[in-house]
Amino acid sequence: MRDVVITGIGLVSCAGEGLETHLTALAGGGLPNTDAATFEPFPVHPAAPLEWDRQIPKKSDQRQMEPWQKLGCYAAGLALDAAGAKDDAALKSRMQLIVSAGGGERDYGVDGQILTGLRQADNPGVFLNERLMGDLRPTLFLAQLSNLLAGNISIVHGVTGASRTFMGEESSGVDAIRIARERIASGQDEIFLVGGSYNAERPDVLLIYEMGGFLWKKPFASVWERPASGGGMILGSGGCFLVLESREHAAARGVKPLAAIAGVASDRSRRQPGSIEGALHKLSTQLGAKPDVVFSGATGIKGITDEEQAALKDIAPGAAVHATGDLVGHTMEAQAPTGVALAAGLIAQGDVSEALVTSVGHWRGEGAIRLIKA
Amino acid sequence: MALRDTKGRPLVAVTGMGVVTSLGQGKNDTWAALTAGKSGIHRIERFPTEGLRTTIAGTIDSVDVEPFCAPMLSERLALLAAEEAVGQSGLSSSDFPGALFIAVPPVEMEWPQREALAQASDQTGEVTYKDLLKAAGTGRFKPWHDLFIFGTVADRVADRFGTKGSPISLSTACSSGATAIQLGVEAIRRGETDTALCIGTDGSVNPESLIRFSLLSALSTQNENPEGASKPFSKNRDGFVMGEGGAALVLENAESAKARGATILGYVLGCGEKGDGFHRTRSSPDGMPAITAIRQALEDAGVIPEDIDTINAHGTSTPENDKMEAMSCTVVFGERMANVPISSNKSMIGHTLTAAGAVEAVMSLMTIGTGRIPPTINYQVPDPAIPLDVVPNVARDRQVSYVLSNSFGFGGQNTCLVFGAEPKGA
Repeated sequence: MRDVVITGIGLVSCAGEGLETHLTALAGGGLPNTDAATFEPFPVHPAAPLEWDRQIPKKSDQRQMEPWQKLGCYAAGLALDAAGAKDDAALKSRMQLIVSAGGGERDYGVDGQILTGLRQADNPGVFLNERLMGDLRPTLFLAQLSNLLAGNISIVHGVTGASRTFMGEESSGVDAIRIARERIASGQDEIFLVGGSYNAERPDVLLIYEMGGFLWKKPFASVWERPASGGGMILGSGGCFLVLESREHAAARGVKPLAAIAGVASDRSRRQPGSIEGALHKLSTQLGAKPDVVFSGATGIKGITDEEQAALKDIAPGAAVHATGDLVGHTMEAQAPTGVALAAGLIAQGDVSEALVTSVGHWRGEGAIRLIKA
Repeated sequence: MALRDTKGRPLVAVTGMGVVTSLGQGKNDTWAALTAGKSGIHRIERFPTEGLRTTIAGTIDSVDVEPFCAPMLSERLALLAAEEAVGQSGLSSSDFPGALFIAVPPVEMEWPQREALAQASDQTGEVTYKDLLKAAGTGRFKPWHDLFIFGTVADRVADRFGTKGSPISLSTACSSGATAIQLGVEAIRRGETDTALCIGTDGSVNPESLIRFSLLSALSTQNENPEGASKPFSKNRDGFVMGEGGAALVLENAESAKARGATILGYVLGCGEKGDGFHRTRSSPDGMPAITAIRQALEDAGVIPEDIDTINAHGTSTPENDKMEAMSCTVVFGERMANVPISSNKSMIGHTLTAAGAVEAVMSLMTIGTGRIPPTINYQVPDPAIPLDVVPNVARDRQVSYVLSNSFGFGGQNTCLVFGAEPKGA
């Protein structure tokens, strides 16, 4: 099996853009930028304002995308720049792409008007048809489709090896990295762009998680402190893409790797008390993890967050434990890639030699990624 | 026979198949109707169609789920197909010894649920998302969180069959079903698993989904005669017809399949894929991405164009797809293309979107197993720009050893698979 290394990182979030910015914010230890007002009582971590033109040069492309796609497309561009791949059309035409994604935004005004009108409509079904036919923007569909983040990355950045989009909330982020790594390690492919993005500043996603009772409705608190007060997650807007390649391929291009991905493990379980603790022990044993630092994807949700905290004490005694959520919020499909990006950044700086990234989904799916020096 | 392919990788056998479409439940019912040239397209009765430009679809109305919504129906179609496939394979249906790869339609909350939340909010004036959020906070709608997140269909199928590891939910738009199979093939070739359950499912004919495609002018509006609306490769084709379906394949390392004495239904010999950065909904004018995907699939299978006996077309019945697909096949197959039978299951089943690649994989393997090529029905007005043998209107009997199945999708997705009765040179 071949070594798989990370050679480029693109990261955007409430902390700003770029790996350096995020590592500085991490070292500073301040509170993440939080918007408590827009969706009150639900705080969210808003994406920092970005100059879209810098990574998505054509306005016509920008118009075809909703924010989740723009965040992802922007982060993908940063990753390609960082990997020295942006201007190599031949390389990008054989670069494979795996995106972890949910779906896109809705037209909230139209939804509200339709719901208001449906109450008095003589024939609700016909009313719905007429309003949707008349009020939906045709291009909105393409800005909603899960696989169109990948499609936009192909169009805007010319990454056209082939793309696959994985869905399934947090797990999809872990499994995207897992499958990309396996394809490189086995010799099937040489280079991948992998990652995801998330827009938290959307009432429709808040709605889904509020139905399930998963949202934190108080002023910002660390994910580790939330369970004691009922628990809950704060969603964050952001995106993270990684360029992964075989060590040989990176060397042949003359690109210096930041870190190596030593292993990725993921599983599902019928959750019950104790199963998260058990799963994390099993995954870290499977990976042979002895981390100096942990980047946890903990959500702040009661029970599973406490279990993760307890498990990490055993798995990584003495390791510094950072919650990615305390830096960027919970970015769902992008959470695991973000943890990997931060871990790779610390390894590249020489601060640590081995890192473990955990991903315990808010509802299902457990995963872990082990990074070592390149 | 060697149980490794010419590249030294484990051969991937198919040991179980299941399918449900608007033509019938089970692969035998669907196959009988498909080879009889029967259409499953009909007027939509599931919801009112007044005010719509398209009022027909290949919905599956015999399956009832509660609450009725795309993820519930998609889950049920996946379960039905998987029960048939796993049952045929003889592997455990509660402790399935391999991974799950499932193509699922992107889900989101639907209008009946939004309406219920609006009502529960007690808002009598203008309804906004603030009101829906207020209703959500009552805790009365907790099950809808699970129902409308993206990983749930896969998780429930994984739970039902006891598949191993983290299930992969995926989308490559209209080539998703083929990608699910490709992921299974790759996992077996890498030696990560000896078996994989690969599924494509789609039960998303609802007003908003239909209208979204309609607003992109992708759908046929020839509503008067529903059964005649889907007419791939015909000059008067005017768009695709939405369909629903589920299909499942049990893939198995041929060595372990033989060791346990399983019946091998055929082999997935090759997979090819290529991205296209030309446009969100249109393919590169030179057809190179589709051409590359076909060539890759053939190369991966260790066959040459002359080996392919028939092509199971993507054949959506849109003006753009059929023209580009015919052109791409002609580039790869050359002059011989005029005599390679290429037929579209979608002329009868409609376009089952996320499921299509998996449904058509099962039909490709049935073609090999029975020596009968299903027709392209509704072929009355040939398109002079597409001078191909589309197996017009009537099924054709002929020995088939190798089938190429094409799948293309929005977002620059091109995925092609090669199936065979046996590996070449066996």
